[in-house]
Amino acid sequence: MSDRGNLKNPVLDASRLDRRRGSSSIFDASRPGRRGVLLPPLDVPGADPEALFGALHRTEVEGEVEASEVDAIRHFTRLSQKNLSIDANLYPLGSCTMKHNPRINEEIARLAGFADVHPYTPAHLSQGALELMARLEAALIALTGFARVTLQPSAGANGELTGCLMIRAAHVKAGAARKYVLVPDSAHGTNPATAHFAGYDVKELASTARGTLDPAAVEKAMTDEVAAVMITVPNTLGVFEENILDVTRIVHSKGGYVYLDGANFNAFVGKVRPADMGVDVMHMNLHKTFSTPHGGGGPGAGPVGVGDALVPFLPVPTIEPEGSGFRLDFDRPDSIGRMRTFYGNFGVLVRALTYILSYGQDIGEVAENAVLNANYLRKKLAPFYHLKYDAPSYHEVVFDDKRQAERGVHNIDIAKRLMDYGFHPPTMSFPLIVHGALMIEPTESEPIEELDAFADAMIAIAREAEETPDLVTSAPHVTPVGRVDEALLAREASKAGSFAPVLRAPVRRP
Amino acid sequence: MRYIPNSPAEQAALLREIGVSSVDELFATVPREVLRKDPPPLAPPMSEVELRRDLGAMAAKNAAATCFASFLGAGLYAHHSPAFVSQLLLRGEFLTSYTPYQPEVSQGTLTAIWEFQSHMALLTGLDVANASMYEGASALVEAFLMAERLTKRRTRVVVSKTIHPEYLTTLRTYLANLGLEIVEVPAGEDGVTNPAALAAAVDDETIAVAVQSPNVFGLVEDWSVAAEAAHAKGALAIGVVNEMFSLALLKPPGDAGIDIACGEAASFGIPSSFGGPLVGFLACRDGFKRQIPGRLAGRLETPEGPVFALTLSTREQHIRREKATSNICTNQGLFALAATMTLTALGKHGLRETALLCLSKSEYLKAGIGKLGTGKFAVAFPGATFNEFALRCGPPIDEVLSALEKKQILGGVPYARLAPGSGEHEDLLLVATTERIRREDLDRFLDVLKGF
Repeated sequence: MSDRGNLKNPVLDASRLDRRRGSSSIFDASRPGRRGVLLPPLDVPGADPEALFGALHRTEVEGEVEASEVDAIRHFTRLSQKNLSIDANLYPLGSCTMKHNPRINEEIARLAGFADVHPYTPAHLSQGALELMARLEAALIALTGFARVTLQPSAGANGELTGCLMIRAAHVKAGAARKYVLVPDSAHGTNPATAHFAGYDVKELASTARGTLDPAAVEKAMTDEVAAVMITVPNTLGVFEENILDVTRIVHSKGGYVYLDGANFNAFVGKVRPADMGVDVMHMNLHKTFSTPHGGGGPGAGPVGVGDALVPFLPVPTIEPEGSGFRLDFDRPDSIGRMRTFYGNFGVLVRALTYILSYGQDIGEVAENAVLNANYLRKKLAPFYHLKYDAPSYHEVVFDDKRQAERGVHNIDIAKRLMDYGFHPPTMSFPLIVHGALMIEPTESEPIEELDAFADAMIAIAREAEETPDLVTSAPHVTPVGRVDEALLAREASKAGSFAPVLRAPVRRP
Repeated sequence: MRYIPNSPAEQAALLREIGVSSVDELFATVPREVLRKDPPPLAPPMSEVELRRDLGAMAAKNAAATCFASFLGAGLYAHHSPAFVSQLLLRGEFLTSYTPYQPEVSQGTLTAIWEFQSHMALLTGLDVANASMYEGASALVEAFLMAERLTKRRTRVVVSKTIHPEYLTTLRTYLANLGLEIVEVPAGEDGVTNPAALAAAVDDETIAVAVQSPNVFGLVEDWSVAAEAAHAKGALAIGVVNEMFSLALLKPPGDAGIDIACGEAASFGIPSSFGGPLVGFLACRDGFKRQIPGRLAGRLETPEGPVFALTLSTREQHIRREKATSNICTNQGLFALAATMTLTALGKHGLRETALLCLSKSEYLKAGIGKLGTGKFAVAFPGATFNEFALRCGPPIDEVLSALEKKQILGGVPYARLAPGSGEHEDLLLVATTERIRREDLDRFLDVLKGF
């Protein structure tokens, strides 16, 4: 075996052993005749599906797993050991706000009175659920200054679409939908994708040398064909749009709306109310700012706040007070409709309200410490990594690989090498305006010694890039698997007819 | 604050290291007129003791299905979830990790996604499934948008009105601005999509035809009706499923010519949680995989064994931006994992046995209603059902539900609740059974109906 570096991670090493035992997927480990559940006895006459369904009857789901409960628990526990996570590691994935997930939130969301309540439970038997949603809406209004908040969108991108559809509906009501949405070149990929799915063409706004929006450029682009500008504050470089008030004034003067991508709300929650900056509509990623767990890729929730002008267009239902309780209101003639079934990711809403109540009026400390931690890392790493935009950082800082690339070490190599030191890598190659980007967001929940350990690892890697670049470009060395050839996988996955086992388990016939 | 580890002294040390004298200096580029001097108008911080009391009081005002015999379904069916599932979901490595962009430190999540894709493909009889969608209705939207890209320059979508009304409202919301027309085909008198009417609605402009089975009335639809209608005009066929246990007993959409299957997989042990988070799915034929929305995990064989990674990502928003196949980013990762764990425990045999329990209980209740002899209640449609049926109520539905509630029964979902203001089917109550329902619950249900 080649030089595997001098770093050891006992947890990950243990999972390497598992892999050598061959527990790659539960489908590979399936054994005929095994079972993992005992069902209640059939206490009514057994129905005959063959007689009921005739030709539509299916006798078997071929290829499905046969495993015991022990098999299942061991398999999924071992899988878990192959993941890095916030619980165990600093996870500085920029733009994703990987902060601590308090466990009281999980306990509350699992109360039977929340978790085991069907969405069509009659209103008089679900007043507590409606009350929770009304209280979360009120709390988010307190933090944003908006007139109303819909809790329905399923995630941030879904919130973006909700907002853009409301903007479109407002323009249509006023006479014309308009044609374009302006999006800065530093924006999240979801912004242009969302504008497209709302029926708009995207026009890109170039960032200034400081990495911010240029009010003059906005003024020039802002015609009466432009429906909205989608901005992010602080932007994806972690830089606050200093000219935000000019930008919102210009957009409004041409009858446009200002959409704020709230992905970075963690930088100013409790410190600035977006409505005060002239923002008309904004989504909030509850799984970012409000600490609901990221869960390996969701679920999230993307509530959307709106100013008075967009209130008539909110999706249905809204929650309205009625007597001493609450009711669902579907009678909203200008509503855009629905973004999904039911009322939103309620279980995520429960966690978010629990979190907001935990901080209460002190929630501004979140933003302050998130910004403090990011600036500390910036200060420690700036001597070693190139910083394309040196405007003041807020909750995240975007370095790049310019210096290391001279030695043939690129951002992907630095990211992979960080894994050997036990850290999840930063977000890579985003924003697109920074070549070789390493976007670092430590969040407020990292203690000083973890920040130092991360900085030490980054500095050590910078030194390795100078002295032993091969060690970095061949990383990672102590993870459950070595560097994955994603290009080869994509070629395999693209081939016609090659779906099994590349994209799913094959059907194994005895 | 308890979630911020650094003490005030440590925070001060960080400030000194940065070279500023106060946190305010770090916010210097925020326009002064918007930076707030006072804390937000929220209550003081709450301890866990207070949180349990305050939020627990709200939870106590809701009727948990655990305290009732619940016959609520209509798109969301509260099946049993094995005890280990909720416990393993709390493992921090699953709970507190994120989208597995970095495969070397995310093999656990990636393997589980690949397993979820496998389960969805096997159940639907299709080749490829994605890593999950938000929930059923938006999955249907994504299926149509995908079909639009695959059929190119067609302008019309055809849906059966026996699809869940909230799915159709969602579809109208998303498609309203994309220049696509929605043609709704009404159900026949028998509550099932009329094959001739469906075929007549399809023309050369049709992108795709969607039907749901079991449909909103619980009735089993024949997938081949949609497949034949669509394929006759070069359109695609979409099959919607929101009670996935039905696929243990019913011919899967992929075997009957359906091109894209989508819907809701929450039946596999996902808590109802007042309607979310759930777990949508989307599966399709191999030839369409380059247009699939959202994440996709792939498996690569290596000399050291199989490795997993996200793949075909050039379809996605973070690379393709406005040309992406969808704007979806965060999906339902943890709940796709929960469904995968539940399916693993159920396995091939548990799936079928659970489905047979659901079916048998529903058939028992239907038979009992047929024998009531009061003339006040009837099973509304004659066709085959799986675990849900429409009950036609003579007495006002509110009175029926309230009489059932007095006997600790949540009796079902009034159809009117799915389509507020439509005035349709106001005498229909949708009644669903799961393996959690006992014979004595069914007999109590029938006793209450007898009392009218």
